[in-house]
Amino acid sequence: MLHIENISKTFFPGTINEKRALQNLSLHLKPGDFVTVIGGNGAGKSTMLNAVAGVFPIDSGKIIIDGEDLTKQAEHKRAKYIGRVFQDPMLGTAAGMMIEENLSIASRRGKTPGLGWSYSNEQTNKFKELLKELDLGLENRMSARVGLLSGGQRQALTLLMATLKKPKLLLLDEHTAALDPKTAEKVLTLTDKIVSRDNLTTLMITHNMRDALRFGNRLIMLHNGRVIIDVEGEEKKHLQIPDLLTMFEKASGDVMANDRMLLG
Amino acid sequence: MLDLLVPTTAQGLLWAVMALGVYITYRVLDIADLTVEGSFPLGAAVAASMLSAGYGPIPSFVVAAIAGMVAGVVTALLHTKMKIPALLAGILTMIALYSVNLRVMGKANLSLLGTDTTFSIIRKMLSLNSAYTTLVVGLLATVLVAVFIYWFFGTEIGAAIRATGFNQQMIRAQGVDTDVTIMIGLLLSNALVAISGALVAQSNGFADVGMGTGTIVIGLASVIIGEVLFGTRSFKNSVISVILGSVVYRIVIAVVLQLGMPPNDLKLFTSILVAFALAMPLIKSKFGSKKVVG
Repeated sequence: MLHIENISKTFFPGTINEKRALQNLSLHLKPGDFVTVIGGNGAGKSTMLNAVAGVFPIDSGKIIIDGEDLTKQAEHKRAKYIGRVFQDPMLGTAAGMMIEENLSIASRRGKTPGLGWSYSNEQTNKFKELLKELDLGLENRMSARVGLLSGGQRQALTLLMATLKKPKLLLLDEHTAALDPKTAEKVLTLTDKIVSRDNLTTLMITHNMRDALRFGNRLIMLHNGRVIIDVEGEEKKHLQIPDLLTMFEKASGDVMANDRMLLG
Repeated sequence: MLDLLVPTTAQGLLWAVMALGVYITYRVLDIADLTVEGSFPLGAAVAASMLSAGYGPIPSFVVAAIAGMVAGVVTALLHTKMKIPALLAGILTMIALYSVNLRVMGKANLSLLGTDTTFSIIRKMLSLNSAYTTLVVGLLATVLVAVFIYWFFGTEIGAAIRATGFNQQMIRAQGVDTDVTIMIGLLLSNALVAISGALVAQSNGFADVGMGTGTIVIGLASVIIGEVLFGTRSFKNSVISVILGSVVYRIVIAVVLQLGMPPNDLKLFTSILVAFALAMPLIKSKFGSKKVVG
């Protein structure tokens, strides 16, 4: 499904701020894999996701989805295959446009826009059904501007938008980190529901080890731009936080000193 | 009173077409595009030259609009492909257009005296006086442009352009090339500005290489006055507000001139007006917080 082959990315090369964010990172996802991604600050989690999404060109390596080499493709071209939800709830939606308009744009993800009318009554009814499932009361506010919604509502809407047209790959970049615990839980549950219902191949970054263990069928940990832990299936199911810490120390020769990951 | 109101409203409508162009860049795309200072006289120069050469109004408007589109595309390419900040890209095109406009006209000022224009033709057709002719033409042009804009920004492409103005990252993640949406926006905006230039030149009876000075400020004044007075509840509401804003701006100018302000101070007055309007949110919040404390 997704093949990340030996990708490297260095930011600000040759300067004092040089940062080797990804170092020959490889990762292969099977169809339907729901992978949680953990790692300390600067481990390369977001860089990996952004490299897959095509936000910047990579220095070396290949990114392949379903046999198609996307390495040289622009960000907007890859959007045909990829649904994304960002950490910042403001980034996934157009604040000044109506809920309905945002959804209709998302329903055409990857399609070159034409001169047809942007939304139809038929679509509106379908969107209403889908919004009802979110259970946030948004189905009655179709003409409200998205800027009026709370962070959690916007994130739930972004998640719906990212999956409205079934993506080959869903990228979630700490999409609940900016939400309060109760809302975060709601959005996570919703994520799990949508991912398993549509059997979506998913990469979900989280800073929370508990969530990383609770969700998905596979867990990877990044450290210094590489995958250092990769567990799946039964092995992952029985994994506990202390096991992860031991594995981390063994793999990196380092001690986990990241309060945010331990306590979150 | 009516003697003043009719021609003032008519002028406001001719300039409203330009203000709608500025609305597309400044509000929809969230770019302050200074190309308009050059594309306004460009439209005037092209239309005046073509009318003088006997081409008739319709071809003159079409070619003026195309010239404006080209100007918009140049700015878009400088901004998106060469990564020049939008403001600077617009300034570069604007300055370049000064020379282009002189070349188009062959001189600094081209009179349309004795040439058949849109206004003289319609005036003969409907046997109206000059002020009412301008009103009819202005009304027709503004309504046509407003209906077109309302339709266009309701389409899939239009929605993508509006989303680009709000959140480029979001619309790229939805598979839209923002370089293209920015280009279409700038192209459309400058086409409208050039059409407005062509209208104003025909109404004034001449095209002048210096007639673009202050276009952006007049456009911003119309947008802001319109939004403050007539609201921004929906896209349709915003478009109507901008048109009315342009008319109100002309009325304000006419009134202050009647009250004895020297015409030479007009641009100073407009700038101060726009500066105040732009600073309004800050002034309001300062004023508001003081009230809470006091």
